[in-house]
Amino acid sequence: MNIALAIDEVHREALPRASEAGPASKRIVVAYGFWIFLLSDIVMFAALFAAYAILVRATAGGPTGAQLFNQVNVAIETACLLASSYTCGLMSLAVNARRLATTYFFAVVTFALGAAFLALELREFADMIARGATPQRSAFLSAFFTLVGCHGLHVSAGLLWLLVMMAQVAIKGFRAAVQRRLLCFALFWHALDIIWVWLFTVVYLMGVHP
Amino acid sequence: MTDTRYDRAPGDSSGFTELHEGTWSGVIVYTIGLVLAVILTAASFWVANTSLLWAPGIPLGLAVLAIAQMGIHLVFFLHITTGPDNTNNVLALAFGVLIVTVVVVGSVWIMFDLNDNMMPPELMNLHMQH
Repeated sequence: MNIALAIDEVHREALPRASEAGPASKRIVVAYGFWIFLLSDIVMFAALFAAYAILVRATAGGPTGAQLFNQVNVAIETACLLASSYTCGLMSLAVNARRLATTYFFAVVTFALGAAFLALELREFADMIARGATPQRSAFLSAFFTLVGCHGLHVSAGLLWLLVMMAQVAIKGFRAAVQRRLLCFALFWHALDIIWVWLFTVVYLMGVHP
Repeated sequence: MTDTRYDRAPGDSSGFTELHEGTWSGVIVYTIGLVLAVILTAASFWVANTSLLWAPGIPLGLAVLAIAQMGIHLVFFLHITTGPDNTNNVLALAFGVLIVTVVVVGSVWIMFDLNDNMMPPELMNLHMQH
């Protein structure tokens, strides 16, 4: 008989079955539920991506992506969001280690980088609208503003959420409920970065190619 | 190894009771993820702007780089693993990926087919202006 298999069986025998151990802890249930929500949110983004991919050529004689997009701006936005995702991860580590000062520090950095991303994106939108590339100009621009704007709206909501969480940490401390919410916030923030990876690939980088 | 039989919460790098130790190993994991993501992002921007590559293959190359970067984010930032304590998270993710693929590929396929087959040429010019 395979020895590795035998050891595996002995090990498994020593543990009680899940059905005997009762329900999983609230942290696991809450985070799993939030994970399901995130996946449904990503499905919504998939619909917006599909609409954009179909309408990208329908410029109705208006400006195309290659004329509108500024790659340097996009690169800086990408760097901000990626760095903010990284500092958000470091914040989760500080939260798990219950280090208050480190948590605040990384929360401030995460917030600043997220706000910088949002400011750059709003400046880009304002610049496009000033050049006549408004959402009602063409189907391509409607799809663009819906898709990128929806992501920007999520980032805004995330920034607001981060502020609320820091207030909760300050008032309530690291109690279990606050830690669960911080775990959900970290999941949300990392998921936004995954959506941005597809955004800059599909919209900006594929868009500069005719 | 933990003594729990439960799945891990998504986003937790190990059983919650172990999280209080090993902060440095956590920092290393996030840093590896950051470095790999930066490399892949830089590669994406290079691929989009270079003239060294075969132009029709560039969108496919960009898609491959995006999928790779998504994997990096999932593994190093969201701590999704193939371990037995991650089965539920991975299954939910796999279902999400399936729906996303059906929505995107299905929509694009059907709409481009409609454009090609059903639109009279004079209307097609209105819809497909470059």
